Amino acid sequence: MATRPSLVGVLEQTLPRHATAHPGLHRAALIAGVRAGVPFAVAGGLLAMSFGVVAQEAGLSQVAAIVMSAVVYAGSAQFAAIAILAQGGAVGAAVLAAALMNSRFLAMGIALAPSLPGRAWWRALQGQPTVDASWAMASNGDGSFDRAMLFGSSAIQYVAWVGGTALGALGGGIIGDPERFGLDAIYPAFFAGLLLKELRDGRSRGVAAAGALIALALVPFAPAGVPILAASAAALAGLTRRARADAQRAIEEAGGR
Amino acid sequence: MSSSFVLIAGCAVVTFVIKAAGPVALGGRDLPIAFRSVIMLLAPALFAALVVTQALADGDQLRIGPETAGVAAGGLVAWRTGSIIGCVAAAAIVTAALRAI
Repeated sequence: MATRPSLVGVLEQTLPRHATAHPGLHRAALIAGVRAGVPFAVAGGLLAMSFGVVAQEAGLSQVAAIVMSAVVYAGSAQFAAIAILAQGGAVGAAVLAAALMNSRFLAMGIALAPSLPGRAWWRALQGQPTVDASWAMASNGDGSFDRAMLFGSSAIQYVAWVGGTALGALGGGIIGDPERFGLDAIYPAFFAGLLLKELRDGRSRGVAAAGALIALALVPFAPAGVPILAASAAALAGLTRRARADAQRAIEEAGGR
Repeated sequence: MSSSFVLIAGCAVVTFVIKAAGPVALGGRDLPIAFRSVIMLLAPALFAALVVTQALADGDQLRIGPETAGVAAGGLVAWRTGSIIGCVAAAAIVTAALRAI
């Protein structure tokens, strides 16, 4: 496939590395990503509204809440950090909680790595749009990822995340207590929706069950976020001979190498 | 320097580093089939853990509350309709209704 001489295409050409293995970023693919991200953006926007309210209750100013969403852009980590502050915890503890809550992005980033071309700093930047829904949608199902889908769907979710935070922060008095409207249930429900799309076969269901059990077993002992990262160990079921054979078949069916 | 600024800057930096680490360390090269096979199973493991820790846990305590029922309702809607909007709407409505009772 020839790369069209777009701005992104030119940028790609100036950063050559494995250029043939990674198709250029086409406008159409980015737009498809934006479209696919809309439902998640709507759900995320509602969640962001409740973040805007909760952040102020924890002592952040309206502007600080909006800036935090704009520069951090990691919902669960933001909620975790704010929860520590609201309990009277130290800022250092809040940042640590955010880091632990984000630790799953370490696993997701490792998964994405082979699909992101370019030099180290460019790959570091391309890793930034990693959020749960975009990462899941960008997965090609063969261990590779469609980065145009990642960028496009994260772009629309970013707009909704920052916009929703602004609405919640500026209009928080009107909304009142977000828990009264069940807005706190949106986040786990959102992940339940993502999970259901991943349960393709017996193996993925077994891994999901094992991941859930690992996480629940660790909840009473480990700080928030660690049980989730630990659950990724369930994916080691992919190392069995049968799983590797199935993976090879999936890659061949997807036309990969 | 206000504590809000330190909080926001700290969270921004750790998030950047965590999201950048994998792509910087392992980017742009093909990895063996065993690695890809594990990657394909990462999503079900991570998302299942996210669902149960948020629907069944409050801090370090395991508990069942209105949001547990709400998430179950949302999951049911997602499973039957495939709609993520329907899923989160059902979860919020059921949770709010149970809290109102």
